Amino acid sequence: MLDSKIPSGTLDSKWIDYKGHCKLVNPANKRKLEVIVVGTGLAGASAAASLGELGYKVKAFCFQDSPRRAHSIAAQGGINAAKNYQNDGDSVFRLFYDTIKGGDYRAREANVHRLAEVSVNIIDQCVAQGVPFAREYGGLLSNRSFGGTQVQRTFYAAGQTGQQLLIGAYQALERQVALGNVKMYARHEMLEVVKIDGKASGIIARDLVNGTLERHFGHAVLLCTGGYGNVFYLSTNAMGSNVTAAWKAHRNGAAFANPCFTQIHPTCIPVSGDHQSKLTLMSESLRNDGRIWVPKKQHDTRKAVDIPEEERDYYLERRYPAFGNLVPRDVASRAAKERCDAGYGVGSSKQAVYLDYADAIERYGKIEVSKEGRNNVSKEEIIALGKQVVKAKYGNLFDMYEKITGENPYEVPMRIYPAVHYTMGGLWVDYELQTTVPGLYALGEANFSDHGANRLGASALMQGLADGYFVIPYTLGNTLADAIYNKAIETTHPAFEEAEKNVSDRIQNLMNIKGTQTVESFHKRLGKIIWDKCGMARNKEGLEQAIREVQALKQEFWSDVRIPGEVNEMNPELDKANRVADFIELGELMCIDALNRNESCGGHFREEYQTPDGEALRDDENYMYVAAWEFKKDHQWELHKEKLNYEVIKPSQRNYK
Amino acid sequence: MGLTGIFLILFLVVHAGLNACIWANDNGEMFNKAAHFMGSMVAPRVLEIGLFAGLLLHIIQGLMLELSNRGKRKVGYAVNYGNSGSKWYSRSMGLLGTIILLFLVLHLYNFWTSARFTGEGLEDINYNGVEMHNMFGLMKSTFTELWVVIVYVLGCLSLGYHLAHGFQSAFKTLGVHNKRYHLMLSSMGYGFSVIITLVFALMPISFYLGWVK
Amino acid sequence: MEHYNMNLTVKVWRQKNSSDKGKFESYPVKNISSEMSFLEMIDVLNEQLIVEGKEPIAFDHDCREGICGMCSMYINGKPHGPWAANTTCQLHMRAFKDGDTVVVEPWRASAFPVIKDLMVDRSSFDRIIQAGGYISVNTGNAVDGNSLPINKDNADSAFAAAMCIGCGACVAACKNSSAMLFLSAKVSHLALLPQGGPERKTRVMNMVAQMDKEGFGACTNTGACEATCPKEISIANIARLNNEYLRAGITAEK
Repeated sequence: MLDSKIPSGTLDSKWIDYKGHCKLVNPANKRKLEVIVVGTGLAGASAAASLGELGYKVKAFCFQDSPRRAHSIAAQGGINAAKNYQNDGDSVFRLFYDTIKGGDYRAREANVHRLAEVSVNIIDQCVAQGVPFAREYGGLLSNRSFGGTQVQRTFYAAGQTGQQLLIGAYQALERQVALGNVKMYARHEMLEVVKIDGKASGIIARDLVNGTLERHFGHAVLLCTGGYGNVFYLSTNAMGSNVTAAWKAHRNGAAFANPCFTQIHPTCIPVSGDHQSKLTLMSESLRNDGRIWVPKKQHDTRKAVDIPEEERDYYLERRYPAFGNLVPRDVASRAAKERCDAGYGVGSSKQAVYLDYADAIERYGKIEVSKEGRNNVSKEEIIALGKQVVKAKYGNLFDMYEKITGENPYEVPMRIYPAVHYTMGGLWVDYELQTTVPGLYALGEANFSDHGANRLGASALMQGLADGYFVIPYTLGNTLADAIYNKAIETTHPAFEEAEKNVSDRIQNLMNIKGTQTVESFHKRLGKIIWDKCGMARNKEGLEQAIREVQALKQEFWSDVRIPGEVNEMNPELDKANRVADFIELGELMCIDALNRNESCGGHFREEYQTPDGEALRDDENYMYVAAWEFKKDHQWELHKEKLNYEVIKPSQRNYK
Repeated sequence: MGLTGIFLILFLVVHAGLNACIWANDNGEMFNKAAHFMGSMVAPRVLEIGLFAGLLLHIIQGLMLELSNRGKRKVGYAVNYGNSGSKWYSRSMGLLGTIILLFLVLHLYNFWTSARFTGEGLEDINYNGVEMHNMFGLMKSTFTELWVVIVYVLGCLSLGYHLAHGFQSAFKTLGVHNKRYHLMLSSMGYGFSVIITLVFALMPISFYLGWVK
Repeated sequence: MEHYNMNLTVKVWRQKNSSDKGKFESYPVKNISSEMSFLEMIDVLNEQLIVEGKEPIAFDHDCREGICGMCSMYINGKPHGPWAANTTCQLHMRAFKDGDTVVVEPWRASAFPVIKDLMVDRSSFDRIIQAGGYISVNTGNAVDGNSLPINKDNADSAFAAAMCIGCGACVAACKNSSAMLFLSAKVSHLALLPQGGPERKTRVMNMVAQMDKEGFGACTNTGACEATCPKEISIANIARLNNEYLRAGITAEK
């Protein structure tokens, strides 16, 4: 079932050879080929724009009111590229190597190498679109460092890199809309994949404003619908982020790979109470200058400022002297959890650690003073100068922290705790980004391909844009070259009828339950099960229990959920119910996958499998594969294994000490 | 709007400059001469036509702008943003403009129609053999009525607020975005509107209270 | 920061769909924590409404971290509520005290028709961007990113304008329902960068024409947009837009 279609040849020639030999579609034929793009984040917007430029007839869908709202917009820190502008030893190979190692050797070499190769083109493309990246006084692009690497290869636009990149892709997309190459369907949600003769041939979408179901044909369907972090209820994802499109594809035959690989981001604002609806990330770039610590004394109730220097435990610097505060996310998150579980946590919930800028403020202040060539400057003045520098670098993040917590992070250390942020797992795709259903593709976070068991910071933006701008335009042509003989299929085809009926029946079923509990309450309960038992640390017993609980929750949901309003109107509760129903099914599969993987790697930490000093213990002998799950029927999946062959890199235990 | 506004601002400078002659304390001689100069030379008369054209254009533009902008929000707010977002006079340019227009009708009736056409209430005066209207005398007699003085002062205040917004807004409309120039122009704008208001408002007051003779 | 709980009355605009006339309804909400965000308070109210068998309030929201631009409530007479440089989703209940009545209205502008309750249709913004808010460069055409040095001040100013999240608060705040701040942010962003040079004139002409067509009002420089903008986009951008527009208009060949 799984043919990864990795081209032969040496690693660094695979993509070049592929591009040199893949089939092409002539411009006149491209106009006859229709492509559906679901989702308009970095991957979707860039794919829709690039395919529109090539001349394909594109239809793009998003559930938000405008393609510019997709959650890529919230990415803060930056985007990696192997430009080596800093002359600090970066190269395509090193970016490739860091990504594979950061992913704990569970990603495909060929895909990751291609990603590193095209990373340089992304920066060029974005600059040409007018993305205002940060620059040095000489007018050239600026870089900063990010977790898991020892070079400065991250390009950024203050704390709003995702926003700027998405606006760039959005503008390219709107240009194609204006030119008539792309038709945009905002406030539309995809609710089914239509398959004809085993091939993806279209979708059923629901117009969220009036509730009507629509049929759309496409010679190919691209799912660029992001990750499924909201299965945890509380995550840094947007409220609307969902797994529905990917899940429909999965139920229609697309294998779902490594669903248990979820990333818990170490620097988020801690939960403040039961009312919490989402979590907010504080960019990883803050770890460049901030120092993370907890008190050396257990259950210390003193205020941070009252704890003297020698009674603070800078545990990341202590445990990982080489990388210090810049260890990869999974390592940093686990270390924070370990300290809090051991009773060293801070704040009222005790589920938080400090991220302290006092040292950085003083250091920057001193640099400013020496720039001005002054002596005898008071400490207050140094600190005031330092605060200005920190404000220029991280001002928007500090403001956000203050708005949410009511505390001033220039004066007191920030409290942070890990939170669900990204999902490395996703639809299984081959080298061409095609799922196991012909004609159905998955791009960006929606696929599983590039980050293994843990993603490095500033790599998600890179992958989304790589897939959309530089990979799919080639690989889609390779398959569509044969489709030029296939006329567009009328949407009156029985397959469309049936698909639409399925969707409509399901919606009716949901509406007819008329139970007593709200959708939100089910989502919260699901999130709690998954977070407690399939979160930062997992074990066999907990996972088995979680599977039973999720199954029971599913039954309860389908017999007692209450959805107000009607079908044929704007009905956000119904939209949410559709999504939560899919999250529940996914939750079960996540636990099954986590239970199957009897090892610890990257974001997947099984308590039974760890080294004596608490690091993840991989089992390359038995688990160096991608777990691709095929949906059989409700509660039943079949596991397919794609063996990972490392031809260039020799897997070893990750060492950030 | 901005262009005609700046043109009218230029007129105000000339108008205020001339009228300031009343404070020369020479029983109006300097003022009358200046008024005579403006009335008898060709260039000011041509400019006067331009002035009326500019004024008319400004009024028409303003009314059309106000009407069209009001139509852009069919359902209003229950609670208005009010002064926390902008100055009341910035939002009330249409109202202030209308008050100024009403004031202008009275003003033109008082001085312009009589000087140009009817000669009502006007006497002639002779300086060094040149006959001219005694505009100073007309002002003196006009501003003996308290209600006229009050209307004039209100008109001047409206003009002041109209200018407080209009001066700097005109330059924004004409595209001045340089921070340095913008700062300069907006401080000039506030200064100008205060000075213009004071100069004009002090005239009726000065006559009424007998400060000028 | 002292935490406290409060009871509030929320007076909110209810409108079933775009053709409904709509009216205000008042709802009491109890035990709201000062730690909650404003939208979490609405969540609580909605859960309460569902349990009571009523329809929950429809409102736009997505990222809830102040960047997607989807949330759009006009709270107590100000777009995005009482805090400066803030979006509704980042407004926290600390801004209110026990016993307050909070009035919530949708963005009001003919160019933003109400879809339901507090949701409005802002697709006019997308069409303004379609009219020219981009640089025409196809994928693959780009030269090396560092081949074009850009003056840091210009890059920073372009970024400051490009921070616009397209929420529409500027239109909601403006007495004329003008979209000039939104439009000028995009025109400035692209005019300040050399990449935007070739299309500078057509861009501004076409975008302004589209804005007029969409039914937004004209700018009278009152400054309400700048005062309410969650990303503090400067009104100087509007002056820059006027500059671009005049220059393009005067030098136009046709």
